[in-house]
Amino acid sequence: MTYIPKPAVHHPSLQKNAIGLTRRDYEGSMSTLCAGCGHDSVTAAINQAFWELDIAPYKVAKLSGIGCSSKTPTYFLKEAHGFNSVHGRMPALATGANAANGDILYIGVSGDGDSLSIGLGQMCHAIRRNVNLLYVLENNGVYGLTKGQFSASADRGSTSKKGEANAMEPIDGCLLALSLGATFVARSFSGDKAQLVPILKAGLTHQGFAFIDVISPCVTFNDHEGSTKSYAYTREHNVEVVQADFVPPRSEITTDYDPGSARNVMLHDGSWLRLRKVAEDYDPLDRDRAYAFIREHQRRNEVVTGLLHIAPGAADMHAQAGTVSTPLVQLPYEQLCPGSAALETLQHRFR
Amino acid sequence: MKRTDDRHPDYFHKVVDCQWACPAHTNVPEYIRLIAQERFTDAYLLNRESNVFPGILGRTCDRPCEPACRRTRVDGKPVAICRLKRVAADQRDEVKHLVPKGATEKNGKKVALVGAGPASLTVANDLMPLGYQCTIFEKLPRPGGLMRTNIPAFRLPETVLDEEIGYIVDMGVEVRYEAPVESLKALLDTRAFDAVFVGSGAPKGKELDIPGRWDSDQIFIGIEWLEAIHFGHVSSIGPKVLIIGVGNTAMDCCRSSKRLGATDVKVVARKTRKYFKASPWELEDAEEEGVEIVENLQPVRFVYEDGRLVGMEFDRFSSQEIDGKLRQEVIGREILPCDAVVLAIGQDNAFPWIERDIGLDFDPKWDMPVVDKTTFMSTREGVFFGGDAAFGPLNIIWAVEHGHQAAISIHQFCQGLPVTERPARGITLTSTKMGLHEWSYSNNYDPVVRQKMVHADMPDRFAQMTIEVEKGFTPEQTRAEVQRCLNCDVQTHFTDRLCIECDACIDICPVDCLTIVPNGEEPDLRQRLLAPADNLDQPLFVSGGLKQTGRVMVKDENVCLHCGLCAERCPTYAWDMRKSLVQIPYAGTPVPTPVG
Repeated sequence: MTYIPKPAVHHPSLQKNAIGLTRRDYEGSMSTLCAGCGHDSVTAAINQAFWELDIAPYKVAKLSGIGCSSKTPTYFLKEAHGFNSVHGRMPALATGANAANGDILYIGVSGDGDSLSIGLGQMCHAIRRNVNLLYVLENNGVYGLTKGQFSASADRGSTSKKGEANAMEPIDGCLLALSLGATFVARSFSGDKAQLVPILKAGLTHQGFAFIDVISPCVTFNDHEGSTKSYAYTREHNVEVVQADFVPPRSEITTDYDPGSARNVMLHDGSWLRLRKVAEDYDPLDRDRAYAFIREHQRRNEVVTGLLHIAPGAADMHAQAGTVSTPLVQLPYEQLCPGSAALETLQHRFR
Repeated sequence: MKRTDDRHPDYFHKVVDCQWACPAHTNVPEYIRLIAQERFTDAYLLNRESNVFPGILGRTCDRPCEPACRRTRVDGKPVAICRLKRVAADQRDEVKHLVPKGATEKNGKKVALVGAGPASLTVANDLMPLGYQCTIFEKLPRPGGLMRTNIPAFRLPETVLDEEIGYIVDMGVEVRYEAPVESLKALLDTRAFDAVFVGSGAPKGKELDIPGRWDSDQIFIGIEWLEAIHFGHVSSIGPKVLIIGVGNTAMDCCRSSKRLGATDVKVVARKTRKYFKASPWELEDAEEEGVEIVENLQPVRFVYEDGRLVGMEFDRFSSQEIDGKLRQEVIGREILPCDAVVLAIGQDNAFPWIERDIGLDFDPKWDMPVVDKTTFMSTREGVFFGGDAAFGPLNIIWAVEHGHQAAISIHQFCQGLPVTERPARGITLTSTKMGLHEWSYSNNYDPVVRQKMVHADMPDRFAQMTIEVEKGFTPEQTRAEVQRCLNCDVQTHFTDRLCIECDACIDICPVDCLTIVPNGEEPDLRQRLLAPADNLDQPLFVSGGLKQTGRVMVKDENVCLHCGLCAERCPTYAWDMRKSLVQIPYAGTPVPTPVG
C-alpha cells in the first residue's frame, strides 16, 4: 500500500467520454494490495472499460466476497453502488440484486479461493441461471490473504514459494463454466490490457453471465520459478486464440480483414463483437470444440486466452423465470403488493 | 529508439527544467528544499555558488527558470523561484565568514578587469580564492555597473548591492574607481597583467534621431537618465511623460517618472503586447502604478509650441498576425501631449577605447569584438570578454555565467593550458528511499496556488525613490510556495533487467507518463504512448528491451510530478527515486584527463 493519495492533477491531454467524465473519474480509493499485484492492473482495465463504454458510475453495482481480489471494488468506480459480502456468497447476492433491479449493471469481482473453493456451488448456479452479471475471477493460484497456500486453481506440480509441489488437480474456471452452459467465457491476463479491456467491454454488454478468468499474478507469493501463474510463465505459455474487438452500436463495420478469419457477433444492444481468429479452425460459437481445444492445449502446458466462447441471444435469468423486467423499486405499490385477495388466488393454484 | 543514456550528465540535468534553463545552472530544487527546512543560510550559500548575487538576482533576475518550470505545465503557474531566492537572501544569517576568501598565498598571476559590473565581479569571485591578484578598473565612483546605476532603488535596495559586492571586493580585489580604461593598447603595453577581462557592459543608450530631437533639454536617453537619478543629478520631471520603448529599462523609466512627480506617464510601443520585450511581471507592476501602455505607435517627430516641447507625433499602425508574424500598416497620424520624453529603445556597445590594430578582431557588421562563445576569448590571446560587452545586452544572470566561463578560461590560460580544454560537468545519483513508503523528500503533491507578492501601499511608495515596492514573502507564503516545487531533481531511475512488466507503475501514474510498448522511431513512439508526447522540448526516456516481452519502458518527462508513486508501486525496485546532483565546473575544477 501507499501512504500518499494519488494526486488529483492529470495529463493535459486527458480525454472526456460522452458523459463528460475522464478516466480518472472512474477511479476509487488507493489500493492497499501489494505493489505489483496483478489485481491492480485488472482494476485499471475495469476503469478503462467503464470509461470507454460511457457508463455512469451510479448505474453500476460492484459486488464481491472475501479475498485480495474481493477488496478491489473499493479501488474503482468510487461513485458506484457496492456490497462486500461474506466469503464465496457474491453470486447469491448478485442473483438477488438482479432479481430486484435488472436495470443496474452488475460487476462481481472474485478470486480463485472465493469462487473455486468456498463459493464453488454459488458460482455454478449463477452460471446456470445466466444471471446478467460480469463475473471477473482474478486467478493467481494462491490464497494471498492467508500467506500463499495453494488454491483450487493451482496446477498439479507447480510449486509454492518454498518449493513444495502441489499434488492435486486444479479446477479450471473456464472449463467448468463451459460445462455448466455459460454463455460467455473468456480468459485473459492482467499484464495484457490490450486484450483484457475489449473482453471486459464485451462482457459488460453481454446479456447474461459473462465469465472472465483473469490470470492475475500474486507478486508476493506466486511469482517465482515453478509457479504456473507468474508473469513470466503466463507470458511464455500464453496462446491467444480469439481476438475480440468491441465495436459500439451504430458504428460501421469495416471489412479490412480476410472474411474467412473473422466473424461479427451482434450483442443485444446493437453493438458488435468482431472476433478475429488467431488460431486456425477455432470457432468461439462452438462450445464443445472450445472445451476440447482448451483441454488439448492444457496438456501441452499452454494457457489459452481470448474470448473462448460466446452464445449470443441466450435467455438470461429474468427471461428464464418470466419475471417482471421493471425494477421492483419502480413498480407502483398496488402492483408490487396486490393485496391479500391476490395472494389467496395465487395460493389457491398450489392447492 | 536506442536506450536513453541516462548516465550522461545532461539527461537528468535537462529534467530539472529550471536548472537547465538557468544560464548559471543554479540548483533550484535543492535550495527550495533548504528554504522549506528553514535553512536559509545554506540555501543562500548554495545559490551563491552558481549565481554569486542571490540577493540582487532574487529581486531583479529575468527568471529564465520560471517559464521553464514544470509546475507551469501542471497547474498553469511556475513556482516563484526568483522570489524564493530573495527569501533565502533576506532570512539568512551573517555569511561573511562562510563565503570564499581570497587565497592568502598568491599564485603570482595578475588579471585586469575592465568595469565593476556583474561579469567582472564574478571573474574576481572565481579567481581570488585561487590566488590571483585581480584589479578592477571602474569609471564610476562605485561598483556594480548597471546593477547599481540602472536598476532603481525601489526595486533593489543599495544595502543589498553593497553587501553582495562587498563579499567579492573584500577577498582583496583592488578596485580603481573613477579610472576608466581609455586605451586597451596602453593597458596591454604595460605588461602588468597576465590576462585582461573586458566586462564593460553595453553602456550606450540607442538614439532616436528624428526632427526636433535636439531642440529640447527634456528629451533623455533611458539608461543615462536612470544613472543621473541614481547619482542625484535629476530629481524631478514634468507632469506628462512619454517613455519610448517597451523593454525592462522602459519599465524602470516609467516607474521612476512616477516617483519624480510625473502624473501622466505613458509607455509607447511600436508593436503589440505579445511582442513586448519587457517581462510580463514588470509590465504588470508598471500598470499597477497607473502607467498607461500604448501600442501600435511609431515616433515621427517631436512637437514644439513657442520653442517648448509639448508633444510627440506618431504614425499609428494597424496590426494583425499572419502565420505567426506581426504585420503592421500605417493607418494615420497621432499626437500625444508631453512635457518630457525618455528614450528607452535599446542599448549599444561602445568600444572607442579599443584600438583596432592590436590583433583584436571586430565583426565589421556590428562593430563588435569577435568573441568565442565557449571560451570567451577574443582573437587576441589573453583578452577575454563577458557580460553585455561580449555579445550585446543580456541579463545579469548571463553576465554571471559569462564570468564563470571566462574565469575558467583565464585560469587555463594563465597555467599555459589550452582554453579549449575545459572541466566537464558530472552527475551523481543517490537513492532517496528511506523505507517501504518513505522518501527523503516531500513527495506528496500540494495543489496550493502560486503566492502573490505583497506590494508597498500605493500612495506611500511614490514618496521616495528608495521605498522597496516588493515586500518579500511572509513566512506563511514561503511555507506554501516551497511546497509547489515538484522536486524535479529527484529522478525516476529505471533498471531494465529488474522490470517484470506488471504495469503497476503505469496504472498508478497520475499524469500518464509511462507506457510499455514495442520500440519504434521517436516520432512514431511519441504518438503510441498512453498520453501523446507532443511537447517535443521534453525528452523521452526509453529503456532497453524488457526481458519478458522485449518491449520497452517509455517515460515522457513532460509533466512528471516526481511524486514517486511509480517507485512505491514497483515490486522489484526497477523504479527508484534518485536525487541527482549536477556538478557544475568552475575555475579550479580539475580538467578530466582523456582516457586511453
